Amino acid sequence: MTVKQISVFLENKPGKLAAFTKLLSDNGIDIRAINIAEASDFGIIRMIVKDIYNATTLLKDANYICSVTDVLAVEVKDEPGALSSLIAVLGDKDVNVEYMYALTNRIKGVAYMIIRPNDQAKAIAALEGSGMKIVSTEQLF
Amino acid sequence: MERYYQPEIECASREEIRKIQSERLVKQVQNVWDNVPMYRKRMEEAGLTPADIQSVDDLHKLPFIEKDDLRDQYPYGLLARPLSDCVRVQSTSGTTGRRVVAFYTQHDLDLWEDCCARAIVAAGGTKDDVCHVSYGYGLFTGGPGLNGGSHRVGCLTLPMSSGNTDRQIQFMTDLGSTIICCTPSYAAYLAESIHERGVRDQIKLKAGIFGAEAWTEEMRHDIEEKLGIKAYDIYGLTEISGPGVSFECSEQTGMHVNEDHFIPEIINPKTGEVLPDGEKGELVFTSITKEAFPLMRYRTRDICVLSREKCSCGRTHVKMSKPLGRSDDMLIVKGVNVFPSQIETVLLNQGYPANYQIIVDRVNNSDTIEVQVEMTPEMFSDNLSEVTAKEKELVAGLKAMLGIYAKVTLVNPKTITRSEGKAVRIIDKRNLYKG
Repeated sequence: MTVKQISVFLENKPGKLAAFTKLLSDNGIDIRAINIAEASDFGIIRMIVKDIYNATTLLKDANYICSVTDVLAVEVKDEPGALSSLIAVLGDKDVNVEYMYALTNRIKGVAYMIIRPNDQAKAIAALEGSGMKIVSTEQLF
Repeated sequence: MERYYQPEIECASREEIRKIQSERLVKQVQNVWDNVPMYRKRMEEAGLTPADIQSVDDLHKLPFIEKDDLRDQYPYGLLARPLSDCVRVQSTSGTTGRRVVAFYTQHDLDLWEDCCARAIVAAGGTKDDVCHVSYGYGLFTGGPGLNGGSHRVGCLTLPMSSGNTDRQIQFMTDLGSTIICCTPSYAAYLAESIHERGVRDQIKLKAGIFGAEAWTEEMRHDIEEKLGIKAYDIYGLTEISGPGVSFECSEQTGMHVNEDHFIPEIINPKTGEVLPDGEKGELVFTSITKEAFPLMRYRTRDICVLSREKCSCGRTHVKMSKPLGRSDDMLIVKGVNVFPSQIETVLLNQGYPANYQIIVDRVNNSDTIEVQVEMTPEMFSDNLSEVTAKEKELVAGLKAMLGIYAKVTLVNPKTITRSEGKAVRIIDKRNLYKG
């Protein structure tokens, strides 16, 4: 089970992020998680939204370059040490994490890690083998 | 008092210069007819034989040649001497396909060095001077040309080449450089660095010979004031020989063309018609003494004005203005020739759309070039390192093609300015031709 993430190319100039978020806001896009990776003159926004089809159509129509990637959402306890055990599971099976970011939702005591592993199948096997809970997009909202 | 390296020719009467030019031209035409198939073919197509060229008055009958001809004939097509007679190659920037390679016999090098020596002496150089050559050495003609000229004058020559400003300044102060040869932008940069280091009073420079790129009168005054020198312009191009095709004298109102070796003409770039002195047009050169690589009526694409008014320096050779522009889209960045088509080739090779913008600027007296490219879905990835790796690949590709570093900026699609549907490819913020 994977979660669809939208990645968007954004120039690193004042006002660009504002225009981007305004576009999402004006169109009622519900963002569950967002993360920015920055290079010197551009950045890549990665986000999990409720309606992926609406969001990508909107972005493409507004001339943004975006792509959809399958990532893993893993449930962890919202307590010290939880992330460490999760990463240890992946490390033990030689899975490399390309990038990750975190979110919480309305359920108390639970957090989610969005993970982009270098090897999706291996990561799923490792997580499931150690009893970690991989969740769907619906479960994040 | 004005000094000359070869006064008998530099100050010869106009009649004498004409006579020499006509004799040499007739000989050169026969030479290319006999030895270079392309020239013979072109002349035949124009219904000409060497007998039709009796003097400089007949020069206009000859067909032009252009940079594309040089590329088509790469590498040996235009050689007028066996390769075994050649001793040197110099080259302009560009990839193999677009590169222009010029060949020299020992005699060609001797004459080229004479031309550079004339420029150094015109700038006040003598055997007692320390001549600091900060042009690049290598395939670029700047370093080798001035180096040779400096030897001929008998200066103590410092073959510094470009870059490493700390070392440049150290040699300048320790060995007492009196003449500096480099690009004007590097001179301005050096001047600032010297001030920053507070070593202005340890600098013994009296003159600078600056060329290989366009510069303004404001820049000249700025450099002259900061370094306490007189700044002289020098002009040349690899195809014709290198620096020293023309040079400035003390009057500083144009550059004397070494007319005993190169015949200049100004033409209307659209019609090819020869224009009278004083009119602005494209500069065309015929090299009448070149042995290995003679160019007949070569279109430089530089827009200039010629003047035969009497010069206070005593030299009688025609003067050309600084280039006032280009009749093509070539840019000169850091002394290197850059064609937008070269950048386009790299972009297409690496899968980018040919939708780009080139922004040239001068920051702290140093040229910068930035290539803005529109991002495409194919080039994009959620993985930052993949995108930056592609960006780096593009920077490396441009460096290999142009020979200089160009900054790459990836921009959103449809953000590159267009006017009437046609993209504006070049933004040159330097305003070099207005000075």
